Amino acid sequence: MADHQTTADAEQRTLCGAYHPLDGMYDEMCTGPGESRPHWSYLRQSLETLGPVELRRRYGEARRLIRDNDVTYNVYSDPLGIGRPWDLDLIPLLLGSEEWAQIESGLIQRAELLNLLLKDIYGPRRIIAQGIIPPELLYAFPSFLRPCDGMCQGPVTSLPLYAADLARLPDGQIRVIADRTQAPSGAGYALENRIVMSRVMPSLFRDSHAHRLAPFFRAMRNAMNALAPSGVDEPRIVLLSPGVGNESYFEHAYLANYLGYTLVEGADLTVRDDHVWIRTLGHLERVDVIVRRVDDEFCDPLELRGDSFLGVPGLLQVARLGNVRIANPLGSGVLQNPALMAYMPALCRHFLGEDLQLQNVQTWWCGDDQDRRHVLANLEHLVIKPLSPGKGPRTLLASSLDNEARDRLVREIEARPHLFCAQERAELSAAPVLSDSGALEPRHVVLRSYLVSQEESYTVMPGGLTRVSASPGDYLVSSQRGGASKDTWVLASEPEKQETLIVPARHVVPPTRRGGDVPSRVAENLFWLGRYAERAEGLVRLLRVVQLNLADSLAFASAVTPDSSMGLLLRAVTAQTRLFPGFIGEGAESRFAAPEPELLRVITSGIPGSLSQTLGAMLMAARTVRDRLSVDTLRVINDVDIELRGLTAGPQQHLNDVDDELDNLVTALVGFSGLTNENMTHEQGWRFLEIGRRMERALHTASLLQTTLVPVIRDDEASQLLESVLSIIDSLMTYKRNFPLGYEVSGLLDLALLDEKNPRSIGYQLLSIQKHTGYLPVDRARQHLSGEERIILELLTELRVSDVDALSAADQDQQARLSLDQLLNKLQFQLVNVSNVLTASYFQKVERLHQLVQIRAEG
Amino acid sequence: MRYRVTHITHYHYSKPVTTCYNLAHLLPREFHRQSCTHSSLLIDPTAASLHERMDYFGNRLAYFNVQHNHSELVVKAVSEVEVRAHSDLLDTAFPMAWDEVAPYLLNSRRPDDLDARQFLLESPFIEIDADLHAYAEPSFVPGRPILDAVHDLMGRIHGDFKYDPDFSTIATPLSEVLAHRRGVCQDFAHLAIACLISHRIPARYVSGYLETIPPPGKEKLRGADASHAWFSVYVPNRGWVDFDPTNNQVPMERHITTAWGRDYGDVTPLKGVIFGGGEKHTLDVSVDVEALDT
Repeated sequence: MADHQTTADAEQRTLCGAYHPLDGMYDEMCTGPGESRPHWSYLRQSLETLGPVELRRRYGEARRLIRDNDVTYNVYSDPLGIGRPWDLDLIPLLLGSEEWAQIESGLIQRAELLNLLLKDIYGPRRIIAQGIIPPELLYAFPSFLRPCDGMCQGPVTSLPLYAADLARLPDGQIRVIADRTQAPSGAGYALENRIVMSRVMPSLFRDSHAHRLAPFFRAMRNAMNALAPSGVDEPRIVLLSPGVGNESYFEHAYLANYLGYTLVEGADLTVRDDHVWIRTLGHLERVDVIVRRVDDEFCDPLELRGDSFLGVPGLLQVARLGNVRIANPLGSGVLQNPALMAYMPALCRHFLGEDLQLQNVQTWWCGDDQDRRHVLANLEHLVIKPLSPGKGPRTLLASSLDNEARDRLVREIEARPHLFCAQERAELSAAPVLSDSGALEPRHVVLRSYLVSQEESYTVMPGGLTRVSASPGDYLVSSQRGGASKDTWVLASEPEKQETLIVPARHVVPPTRRGGDVPSRVAENLFWLGRYAERAEGLVRLLRVVQLNLADSLAFASAVTPDSSMGLLLRAVTAQTRLFPGFIGEGAESRFAAPEPELLRVITSGIPGSLSQTLGAMLMAARTVRDRLSVDTLRVINDVDIELRGLTAGPQQHLNDVDDELDNLVTALVGFSGLTNENMTHEQGWRFLEIGRRMERALHTASLLQTTLVPVIRDDEASQLLESVLSIIDSLMTYKRNFPLGYEVSGLLDLALLDEKNPRSIGYQLLSIQKHTGYLPVDRARQHLSGEERIILELLTELRVSDVDALSAADQDQQARLSLDQLLNKLQFQLVNVSNVLTASYFQKVERLHQLVQIRAEG
Repeated sequence: MRYRVTHITHYHYSKPVTTCYNLAHLLPREFHRQSCTHSSLLIDPTAASLHERMDYFGNRLAYFNVQHNHSELVVKAVSEVEVRAHSDLLDTAFPMAWDEVAPYLLNSRRPDDLDARQFLLESPFIEIDADLHAYAEPSFVPGRPILDAVHDLMGRIHGDFKYDPDFSTIATPLSEVLAHRRGVCQDFAHLAIACLISHRIPARYVSGYLETIPPPGKEKLRGADASHAWFSVYVPNRGWVDFDPTNNQVPMERHITTAWGRDYGDVTPLKGVIFGGGEKHTLDVSVDVEALDT
């Protein structure tokens, strides 16, 4: 008896022994408490060996990797949803090789069927003529796009990409619960999950013999290349994204990089001469294939939704002419109509002459009298899907509606039956997830499978993106609802031989890198990234010195006066951030007496010019060009994000409260400049980042020198001031080496202004800008210098001929250094001019797109 | 009758437009009672590309793109058409009752009948509601012959609604047109279509022109000198029959058809997207329909 008790306890204590499958649900791992399916046994043993503590540790490592790689998913409803870290559960979903073979074959059949269906829908529409589907099912569905009629024809695949959401029902059968046909998302997350898993669980992954994902992505590259219009050997392929605000922007950048495509937004593309072009710096490059992540209707404001700013006017016409191919073609969203699922078996027999291998969840279309009667009689047990949801929900659970809402739904269905379908409530199977305490708990899972066309048929990703419900009993699984994800391991019956990864030569696509493809929007964002990063760094350096001096002056209880060293430094803060009145304008006196609140405002307020706003702008710019930044750089960007959150977290009372953040920020920002220099390809985009950075540093230094050195202050204050300025521009050590005799204005000006060998001097920044602008694409027919080159040359010359002693000399009243003031004014004015000239010559003019006024029939 | 139709649209922009992309439903389609012997579309400044194709509904649709700076755009469509009468369709006593149409269509596999079913559905400009259905109801007495019922509906719209170009815009919903009993030909056509589909009768929108100067002794019709619009009803075994509620008549030889679709949005005469152009643009439109047989 006692022995039995001990065994039971021991069993309870094991990780998997304590796992309790959900009652009445299919469990992926277990057939009953403690009884696991054979293909899970190796994983189960390994988990036991690792134990909960080690698993939690590895989970922490996975979190860190995800954070470092800046793998994010934007949740629209969450105020902190932008840039939310991707959530990966450490327990993979396992599928045995025999079952996978069936799933694979069923998916391929479904993809082939959908491909033929798409051609028919925008072609002869025999399915209607022959009565396979009722006309209203197609004609009432808003994603049936009449302007796309006649497209998707010819022998080539119409549907190069396809994804299906799969679920296992209590009977153990896998069903399709949704078809993704216009811009299937998530394959990049599946890849990232795999990369993290193979790093965090290396031996488990190796010994489990899971199929690898790389061949699928190779097939995808081949498929996209094969789409190119005939006669194009090395197609230029772009990935069209709605932009940084989209939920899966991370993935767009990630896949674009992985596949070697240029990441673009609608405004980066233009239609001219019946072709699509990408606006790069100074010229247009023809685009042959567009892999799109923008939904059908938003792709062309001329022919589709006129209110879309995400698309390219004229795109549909170019596609119609065959001069660009789009994956997937515009109009393919029509296949996502869930009501089609009610007709899948019949469609399969019609198109392929065979039975459907992989069933979908049972579906009833209310446009059919018999189906409608069934739906209305069984409303409580069904999921209702409005086919034209507008702003309403895409899915309704009748059982969760109150009586009034339920009656309204019934009335709506009766008024417009063809706009509703219903599906059985799929009771999804469950699989174990690792809880916060390191225990295993069951959660429902949905697997998104990916296919890509290959030759005449399709190839399936051996794996996929498994998404997990937020809680047991919640069958609406979606990343927007906050569930985690899992890697999916399709287990090979024997270890995958290395040879299988070697692809026959004819399948190998030569890697293409087109460094010249920098959309001008990207160049502009890089320019501003450089400016904001440098602006933030300059400001943090200034603030730290101010803080240090302030601590000293408080220690000596000396009042801060406007013309003291401290006073001038405070004024520099206001001058640089332009947060007037601050320490310069009205009421400055009272702020000198108690500078802390004003300084905190400069740091945390989020007002344009403040540190927090500058950092926010820097992060935003970084995220929009994330595909251009290295992984290490993204890690630093993430560190900046963390410090920014720290700065703005709570009500900060004292400057001391932000000490740590300011220190960490200097480190992170210095790291950022170093990394962009070391890790970015030195192509045009990088040059813009450098120009931005150099320009901002020159502006910052000029402003600092102007505020602090133009007024002449008392000698006893001067040394402290000069030391502070040198420390802000990080030139203190160099100064001491060059001028060992003490602090002199002339020495400082020599070092900070003229010395072209000092990487902190204004002269150095100008030289550097001159070098980079020399590499920018120009109209080579022109012999003379470009506008920006002329201004820089003029400034450099002026600096080189200026005399330090004359600049350091005060005017007759001994009040101010007027010639210095003049020079610094000119420098700042002309640098802003350079920025304007660059903007005008290289960056896309922000031209709003308008719809022409239409004339109605007045008759 | 033979006509020459000249339709000129002239846009003026407050600042230069750098590029524009346009779609034009300006050239008349051909069908059993209309042929188009000549047509041309002139664009000034010159379009970099111009393609004509047949749209989903079989209408002639021109796409064009101007890609250099311009402050004005002139689109001039000139066509010569021959319109034939269709007196056989005036038979209001045609025996099918309006309430037999929907059940008949549901069971028919004839291509024309299947095709007509898409004109039973709502569309972006046509949303039906209980008020519209109620307004139409008096015309649809059970068992009434279909053409007789539609004739009655047309007459009631003509009598009940005031032609008022200042009341509505393109964006005015049908419910407002019905509530205020005001609008222009486009509104009346949309309204009639909504009434018909709320009674499960297929109906579509027809865009076209009217003769500008009437022959001696005939009155000038409303809607001349501009784009005109009316509606068409599908009668099984008979085909599509046109009705003009603005003028309370069945279009014969004096109505020139350009295009048809579910609603105005499917057959907009000219629409486009421009880059630049400043905040304001104005336009002038002129339509001239000249009889060639004298």
